[in-house]
Amino acid sequence: MPMTTNSTPYSGENLPAGSPNPPSRPDPNVAGEKGQSLGREAWRRLKQNKAAMASLWLLIVIALACLVGPYLLPWGLAEVDWNAFNVAPTLEGSHFLGTDANGRDLLARTLYGGRVSLSVALVATLVSLVIGVLYGAIAGYKGGRTDNLMMRFVDIMYSLPFMFLVILLMVVFGRNIFLIYAAIGAVEWLDMARIVRGQTLGLKRREFVEAAHALGVSNRAIITRHMIPNAIGPVIIYVTLTVPKVILLESFLSFLGLGVQEPLTSWGVLISEGTDMMQSAPWMLLVPAVFLALTLFCLNFLGDGLRDALDPKTR
Amino acid sequence: MPNFRRSLLSALALSTSLLATTLPAQTLDIGVMGELASFDASQVSGGVWESQVLMDVYEGLVKKAPDGGILPGMATSWDASEDGKTYTFQMREGAKWSDGEPVTAEDFVFGWRNMLDPENASKYAYMLYPVVNAKAVNVGDKPLDALGVKSLDDGKTFQVTLNSPTPYFIQLLTHYTAYPAPKHTAEKYGKQWVKLGNIATNGAFKPTEWVSQSRITAVKNPQYYEADQVALDQVNYHTTEDRNAGISRFRAGEFDILRDYPSSRYQWLRDNLPDATHMAPYLGSYYYVLNHREGRPTADKRVREALNLAARRDVISKQIMAGTFLPSRSFVPKGTDNYDVQTMELGEDMDARMAKAKKLLEEAGYGPSNPLHLRLRYNTSDEHKKIAIAMAAMWRPLGINVEMVNSEATVHYQTIQEGDFDVARAGWIADYNDAENFLTLLRSGVGNNYGAYSNPDFDALLDKAATTLDAEEREKILEQAEQVAMDDYALVPLLYYVSRNLVNPKMSGWENNVSDDHPSRWISIAE
Amino acid sequence: MLSYILKRLLMAIPTLLIVITLSFFLMRIAPGGPFDGERQLPPEIEANLMAAYHLDEPLPMQYLRYMGNLLQGDFGPSFKNKDFSVTDLIAQGFPVSLELGFWAILLALVIGLPLGIIAALKRNTALDYAVMGTALAGIAVPNFVIAPVLALVFGVTLAWLPVGGWNGGAWQNMVLPVIALSIQQIAYIARMMRASMIEVLGSHFIRTARAKGLSESKVILRHALQPALLPVLSYLGPAIAGIITGSVVIEQIFGIPGIGRYFVQAALNRDYTLVMGTVVFYGALIVLLNLIVDLLYSVLDPQIRYDD
Repeated sequence: MPMTTNSTPYSGENLPAGSPNPPSRPDPNVAGEKGQSLGREAWRRLKQNKAAMASLWLLIVIALACLVGPYLLPWGLAEVDWNAFNVAPTLEGSHFLGTDANGRDLLARTLYGGRVSLSVALVATLVSLVIGVLYGAIAGYKGGRTDNLMMRFVDIMYSLPFMFLVILLMVVFGRNIFLIYAAIGAVEWLDMARIVRGQTLGLKRREFVEAAHALGVSNRAIITRHMIPNAIGPVIIYVTLTVPKVILLESFLSFLGLGVQEPLTSWGVLISEGTDMMQSAPWMLLVPAVFLALTLFCLNFLGDGLRDALDPKTR
Repeated sequence: MPNFRRSLLSALALSTSLLATTLPAQTLDIGVMGELASFDASQVSGGVWESQVLMDVYEGLVKKAPDGGILPGMATSWDASEDGKTYTFQMREGAKWSDGEPVTAEDFVFGWRNMLDPENASKYAYMLYPVVNAKAVNVGDKPLDALGVKSLDDGKTFQVTLNSPTPYFIQLLTHYTAYPAPKHTAEKYGKQWVKLGNIATNGAFKPTEWVSQSRITAVKNPQYYEADQVALDQVNYHTTEDRNAGISRFRAGEFDILRDYPSSRYQWLRDNLPDATHMAPYLGSYYYVLNHREGRPTADKRVREALNLAARRDVISKQIMAGTFLPSRSFVPKGTDNYDVQTMELGEDMDARMAKAKKLLEEAGYGPSNPLHLRLRYNTSDEHKKIAIAMAAMWRPLGINVEMVNSEATVHYQTIQEGDFDVARAGWIADYNDAENFLTLLRSGVGNNYGAYSNPDFDALLDKAATTLDAEEREKILEQAEQVAMDDYALVPLLYYVSRNLVNPKMSGWENNVSDDHPSRWISIAE
Repeated sequence: MLSYILKRLLMAIPTLLIVITLSFFLMRIAPGGPFDGERQLPPEIEANLMAAYHLDEPLPMQYLRYMGNLLQGDFGPSFKNKDFSVTDLIAQGFPVSLELGFWAILLALVIGLPLGIIAALKRNTALDYAVMGTALAGIAVPNFVIAPVLALVFGVTLAWLPVGGWNGGAWQNMVLPVIALSIQQIAYIARMMRASMIEVLGSHFIRTARAKGLSESKVILRHALQPALLPVLSYLGPAIAGIITGSVVIEQIFGIPGIGRYFVQAALNRDYTLVMGTVVFYGALIVLLNLIVDLLYSVLDPQIRYDD
């Protein structure tokens, strides 16, 4: 027996596809002539969004600071100042943001930690984005048996608890930073795939896709030209959610003691160390937390700006 | 000032609900650092938190005083034979299980056999190996009744025969491996005797409720022979994995005792809860194992000496650990009964030590062109991490590349038991108060000798000590043995453990002691 | 509909089988065993232990034995919690996790959805920024920071609520953990809702509806809300499973006897049977939740039909 929802009391105007007043012509981008200028157009729109641009610049500054900053500081990543344990931030002396319990410069460690956190986030998100978007779009668009099979696989992956998977990967293959990238990316794409599939399912019966079909556009072109660009809003929002999530996941692993190996560090490790000390040495929590929060806020505004710029409907 | 209002309120609420009792009910809430594995002592996994619960609900032949001293328990007196191999215990008359059945020597025979039964696969069975045939029984070579324990005079006398005179035997009896088990309920319920509905205990308290991962509740055992002296009506053991959260719960008055706190919080606690913050010497040794296996750089004595010279134990103790560990130059911890620790000769002047260390490394063939690379392994813990970082930083000026490898406890110990390390963190808490318990770890071929240290002189001294009856002479021999190991720089002794507790200042009957054992039986809470 | 559900449930069997097999062998190839600890066991005792838990048998044999027991509904004894079977532990922990998770998700929906809608309607106004900024703060702070802060402020300093413990599920004990669990979810849900609402509000059929002169509230409640809920819905399935099983941090900090920590603890302790038990349980839970989400999806989005 087919499972339908036809019995749901819907008024006709509620249904976009079968609505009594369908738009008289298909969506403009069906013709595909805007493919080339899509990027330039989006960039122009993004530049008009002050908050997004400010965030972009700030992110660049943070990333540069993490990349270059450590070379300019008097203290190294693992260097111990035997005369300065648990020192509060001060402008006198060389530990501007204080030291940790081992007498290591907190600013230096925060910047080095930023390298790890940002690269984990970037790489893991990128991996999950590429796999998830393609996978979800194909499943949702193809539908039927393909969709079923593909989503079954996602279900299987989902049915493995994430923590269990990561812990096992860590212990089976030893603990290293590339593994953290891989493990997080390999799990995060599942969400992405589901969201894109959900979007695609909704989109594929839209009039402009049906029109493209009717015009004989190839499946591949429909997916890359229409489905993905139209699903891009939620995807970008999801990316701006994923980056912080990955950074937080990394910190959760650090909290469990499964983070990067000393002397390397990450914002998550620093925050988890700082939490224990929040009453007696609040700067150990605040310094990395501010860097993390600032990064996440910027990602958010940039994400919103990008969505506005890319969304075909607001064009 | 801690807030104990709530516990007071709940105590009051409880007292009004229990109209039958004239005295207000006293409830003790203890934050313990992990979950008890089982009320069957043979199934316990060895966490220090487990002995807290077990010593409250069971009582062995002897029991512990608040100061850690030994008092008669289920046995009122005992004699040892001339050769030190046979012990005869007179059982306490009128001692009962919580269901009213008498506790007899039969229950000890049953309990000890239960511990050694190969089917039970008890992790700590080896604690009873001094008893005749214990090992053979445990590996299944001999039947259970071959074990050298006897119930005589209708269960009024318990007799143990040992393989060799074991000077620390009475100390061993304080461990939960030597507790009795209720034979009569085991006969009635089989393996299910340990379930809370069936269990009978012979200690001051009996367990009534267990919410896994959260709380065990035990109430006063009215059948206990000194029940009239037990002040508490109820003890709750709260599983507390997050020690910082434990501090918050203690401050909110939800706990009367917290059995540990992180070293990083000590300074703060001492400033803010001075009356509640306890720290005392503890029979435990924190050390770095050096790998003596062939081909390892640490197989070279000069390298081992250099590593020891460069380790600034005072800095780790005071700066990194805020005083919650004490600097150590010996393997056996200070405070061990009948023993003077033998220390490593290192000198005080740090510059001279570093210069000597550099020279030793050069002699061993290491230098700028051929830097020494060491793999330092430690198991996951904030404190182990901080110490490892500090040690790596202390060794680095000698031109040593230290690669730090952190892994969770299971992997850590498996790896170092397989010998895949140069330097590895380890620690040992005394099972019983005797130097032998530590020195055995350095015997050739012993499982816990992770570094595979082997010196025939050392082994010979320990063998000699094992058969020496005279306490003073035995002490001398053990001390000589430790000196041999220290002269070999067999390991890097770093720190002595200290016990850390938060204790509601309104409690009495709680005392700091070297074994960090605090039976609830002695505790009362002032109103 | 019923046959669809049955079919999905039947299809869950191979899924679970793969999950079980994968976890079983992954767990066994992980270094370290359940009996590796600080004190190396004498070989005799280790041999006894291995025999007692059938770990001395060849791996395929162990696998078959496990599957056989599983078919009879027996998850086996826990390696670490000796007085409980794995079934006991899950049966004791799951209701706690479920209750906690239920309230946390409910709170997150009740607060997150309206916040997202308001922000979408007042897009790019001060209100939008304020709402989203606050929500973002919830994502920007890890919950192992939020939880102790809540405990310190409301439990220790103000002494309004208990700092920890479950106390049989008394509401006082639940307030802080539920808040700590839901803060991140509120943020995620509000952001997703805002995004999808903006998306929907810009679509043709809403323009059409507006053009037809329907009142704004009618447009939003009757037309925009349902499609806008879809992305949130697909997020909800895994989120619920995650919140029920993944609240390790919250359980640890607040001392709550849920099942979340078994995932981490059992895996770290190599408590094979407990790991397998929780994995199987989690797998079944997620299969169920996904089915529910898909069914809800079809109710909310009439364009989706589950044809046979």
